[in-house]
Formats: sequence, structure tokens, C-alpha cells
Amino acid sequence: MTLPVLNREYEYLEHTADAKFRAYGTTIEKAFQNAAVAMFNAMIDTSTISDEVRERIELTSEDLDGLLVDWLSELLYLFEVEQVVFGQFKVDNITGHDDNYSLSAIACGEPLNLTRHKFDTEVKAVTYNELMVGENKEGWVVQVVVDT
Amino acid sequence: MTGETETTGAFDLVTKIDNNTWEVPMDYKPGMRVPGRIFVSETLMHGLEKQTLDQVANVATLPGIQKYSMAMPDAHLGYGFPIGGVAAFDREEGVISPGGVGFDINCGIRLIRTNLQEEDVRPRIKELMSRLFRDIPSGVGSKSRIRASESELDDAFTHGSRWAVEAGYGVEADIEHCEGSGLIEGADPAQVSAKAHKRGKPQFGTLGSGNHFLEVQYVDKIYDNEVASSFGLKEGQVTIMIHCGSRGAGHQICTDHLRVLSQAVKKYGIDLPDKQLACAPAQSPEAQNYFKAMACGANYAWANRQVITHWTREVFERLFCMDMDDLGMDLVYDVAHNVAKLEEHVIDGKKKEVYVHRKGATRAFPPGHHDVPDAYRAVGQPVLVPGSMGTASYILHGTEAAMDISFGSACHGAGRVMSRARAKHEFYGEDVRKNLEAIGITVKATHPSVIAEEAPGVYKSSSEVVNVMHNIGIAKKVARVLPIGVAKG
Repeated sequence: MTLPVLNREYEYLEHTADAKFRAYGTTIEKAFQNAAVAMFNAMIDTSTISDEVRERIELTSEDLDGLLVDWLSELLYLFEVEQVVFGQFKVDNITGHDDNYSLSAIACGEPLNLTRHKFDTEVKAVTYNELMVGENKEGWVVQVVVDT
Repeated sequence: MTGETETTGAFDLVTKIDNNTWEVPMDYKPGMRVPGRIFVSETLMHGLEKQTLDQVANVATLPGIQKYSMAMPDAHLGYGFPIGGVAAFDREEGVISPGGVGFDINCGIRLIRTNLQEEDVRPRIKELMSRLFRDIPSGVGSKSRIRASESELDDAFTHGSRWAVEAGYGVEADIEHCEGSGLIEGADPAQVSAKAHKRGKPQFGTLGSGNHFLEVQYVDKIYDNEVASSFGLKEGQVTIMIHCGSRGAGHQICTDHLRVLSQAVKKYGIDLPDKQLACAPAQSPEAQNYFKAMACGANYAWANRQVITHWTREVFERLFCMDMDDLGMDLVYDVAHNVAKLEEHVIDGKKKEVYVHRKGATRAFPPGHHDVPDAYRAVGQPVLVPGSMGTASYILHGTEAAMDISFGSACHGAGRVMSRARAKHEFYGEDVRKNLEAIGITVKATHPSVIAEEAPGVYKSSSEVVNVMHNIGIAKKVARVLPIGVAKG
């Protein structure tokens, strides 16, 4: 497999044991969206995944860090339990303040088919290690380490 | 920045205690309650990332930590605790942290011996590996052959190995040949979410992927005849090693409770250098609920390895037309790599109950310890240290020195030196497979990139880490085994 091309959507960073990435977006929604692509792309080439299955996801959390971990964890859960390989994401809205943040999104993918889907890595879980949700003058940056 | 500059940095920040012991001083990081202790050779110390020292120091800031924040010889960068991290926390004044256990709760390893010789198995190794690969589900998304009911799942969460044996997946002797008899007491399935139940159910009886494997090996060297004979090991004998954990059930248990504990940190006013070290006072409801759920994950993993053991025996029975007794396929031992346990240790001359967290580390109890099975009571617990794919694995035994030095702990493997992403960049899976084939090792994997990311070159040398333990005395070498066949998810 070749590593995904580094671009402004997301990039992988070196980590000895696990997978670490940064995802970018002009809005926080886009950065969360790209983080999901980065996570699934660490598992499998998502460029050929269709959008025949759609899952709506609504989440709330105490802070943006928690919301990011919950968002990615929910996708891993749905992947395993609903057996859907996701490739495209649309985060509609992230709102909140103080200790109440919420996210609504749609994740699209196709049913898991082990003869067709060749996984490079299994992402076991989303960690809080070196987790970052930040905004700079160009937009939003999030950083995540996932346990592989 | 080059790798070299980084490693020199790490080397200069530690104090040498002896040839295999290095101290991370108290002034390394504000808030450290105890110094760090890293058990590595000078060569391994040169290869250590600075961030691994940071993680050792971070753990040293947690409330109630005893003696030292430790890292075993295979230490490398993890999340929260370093991989190879060991820390003990006072039962009353200390904390319990899922960051000190990890997501793959009771990822662990077991060794099964046989009466077969290398020459009996080598001519049939391709067929054997194909059958093992076919009958033991592995890889991302694979589903078990068992359709566990909700109550069976809860029984596995509660009773661990015993559940599997009573359900027909093994024999009574298997139970006593597991660390803690394949059980952490106090498990409560009510603390395991519906989500963790849902993830755990279809994966019960699967190997998983990544560094998990099933290996057919032979004993090529005995270092200690007396102990080897207690473990039932002889030169030339074929053994089987199984490495896997608690699958999605464990991952979800950790995810769920990490969330609760990350909020508890604020409630109890604990200052953390890394959010992944989220924890709560050991006797708080949050910490105790996590412990009860973690015990479920650990027990699930023991039952999982037991089911896989049963299927492995069936494959051997059919292929070699012999029954299990004639094949002598007894479980030598089963050790956990990622757990927290309440244990009694002597600290400053006094017996004390502590929560020992081992993250990518193995328990290594000495001769005479009540928690070592009768058969091994005279020589100490078997300590199983797998090498990377294609390299030697080692069997050692626990010692009294480990109780003094490392809370009865030793290392759990060779330890990675390279990320999976870089491994796939540097190695081509099919080449790795062919190279291993050329030296007599058959590899079966779901597809080539799975082989690339676990190529022998991405790990430290297993002999180097094992020699450090042997020289410090926290575990002594008994035997070396070499692979003939490997199945990977």
C-alpha cells in the first residue's frame, strides 16, 4: 500500500506504536470530517468506498476534545457492529459552549465484504494522548493518536 | 530533525544506575512524586525516544505511586503509559487508570507444548498453517464460529477461562495453568456497556489483527534443564504460541470508562500531564466501576484464548490423526500483558496492597509464591516473551529479584522501533513472506501488507531485551523457541 498523499485535508505523523494524524478544515466541521477520513484511510483505501449505506450520528459531549474522541469512537463502533466500511463523511453542525457541545453528521459507506475489503491496519480505539482541537488564522486543526 | 539527535537527547536526560538500569530524575518534570526507572542496556537506551521518557515521567506524577515509575526492557512510546510501563499505586491513597492498562485489556500470550518433534511437523507445515488459518478466524472484521448468547457472554465476562472449559473448550488443567487461573475476581458485567456487549459477541473466538498471531515453533535451545523439565520443555519439541486479547469488547470497555474518568479527574482535582492518564482515586466509585469492567475484559480475553486453544488442538488432532492426550497438547502457561491487579508487595520493608498496572508488561512471580501453579511453585512462574515474526521467542521464569526490583514484572515482547505506516513504506509484504519462507518459516496472513507492518525489522531484537532481564535477574532464561509457521490476521 502507498501512504495517502499529504495534503491540506489531513496528514499522518510518525508514531512508533500507533497511528497519529492531523486533520485540517476551514471550519471545525470540515476538520472533524477530515479526521474521520484520516482514521478510516489508516485502515483501508477509502477512495473506492461507495456511499450506499448512510448512518446519521448525533452526539453530545462536555468539551470539544471529548466530542472529537466520541465522534471517531462512534464510527469505529458502527463499523464493527453494523459492519459498514465508511469512506465519506458530512459533519453538518458542531455547536456548543461551556460544558455542552453537540455534533450532527452523516457517515456514508458500504457493507463490509471480507473478500473485497483488504484492511491494512485495525484501529482499535481513539486515545486522548496528544489530542488537540485548535483554531489558527487559516482554520481548524485537530490532532489524534489512534491505537492500532 | 534526525532520529540521532533525538535519541542522544534521551540518553543525556537519564542517570545511569548500573549497566541495565537508568533513572529518570525527579526534576525531569514538575510534579513527579517518584523517580522513573528504565531497565534497558546501553544499546537499547540509545534507541529510546525522548517521548518515552516523558511518558515514564508523566506516570510518576500520578497520586499514590510507589517506589518508581518503571519501564521494562522492551519499552517504547505508547499513549498515556509507555508500552512496557509498570506502576503500582497504593490501595487507599493511589489511583486506578485505564491509561495504565490500555484498550486491548488482557492482550496476552499462551504457550502450548506437544509431543511432536520439529521433523514431524516441518514436512506438513504448509497444510497445518492453512488449516489453522482457516479454522481460527482472524483479521479485521472477522466473525467467530461461536454464536454466544447474551448470558454466555456475561458468564465469560464473569468466569474467564473456567467458562470456556465448562462450555467444552478445553480441560480442567488449562485453568490452573493461566495467570490467576484465567480470572480477575470482582468482574461485574453490569459495568460493561451495551455497546461493549455488542462488539464482544461476534468476536468471541477470534484472533484479531495487528501484532496478534498464532505461531507453530520448536524448542531450539535449553538454558536451564531443571526448570525446562518442570515446564515440560525439551529440545526439538514443537510448541504453539497464541497472542491475542479482548477484541472489541475490551476496546469499548476502555473507551467508555476513559470517558467517565476523564470527567472524574476534574471532580477529584487531579492534575494530569496527559489526558490519556485519566484516573480516579482507587476506592472511588468511578475507579472501582472501571476495575469491575476491566476484569470483565480480562476474563473475556482468557476465555477467548481458551476457545482458540481448543480449535488449535482440533486442527492438530485431525491433521496428525492423534488425540489430544497422545499429542500431549498441554497448556504450559498463559500470561496477561495489559491489566491492573490488586497485589501484595513489600514496600519499604512492609507488606502493602497495591494496584499494579502493567501495560505491555508481564507478571513474573517467583518460586514459592501462592499465585504460581503447584506444578511450577518450586521454580517460579513461566514468563513468555514472544519475538517478532520470524525471530526467536523466549521462555523465562520469575524470580525473587523481580519482587524487589519491578513489582514482580518483566517485559512482554521485543518492542517496536518503527510505526506501522513506516513499516509499510519500507517493507514489501510479499518480499518479507518470501524471505521468511527461504529460512523455513511459513507465513499465512489475510494479505501482504499485514506482513509488512509486522516485519521482523520493525522490532527490537528479542534476544537483547531478554538478556537485559536475565542480567538484572527479574526473569531468568529457560528456553528459546524458533518459529516454523505463523498465522496473522
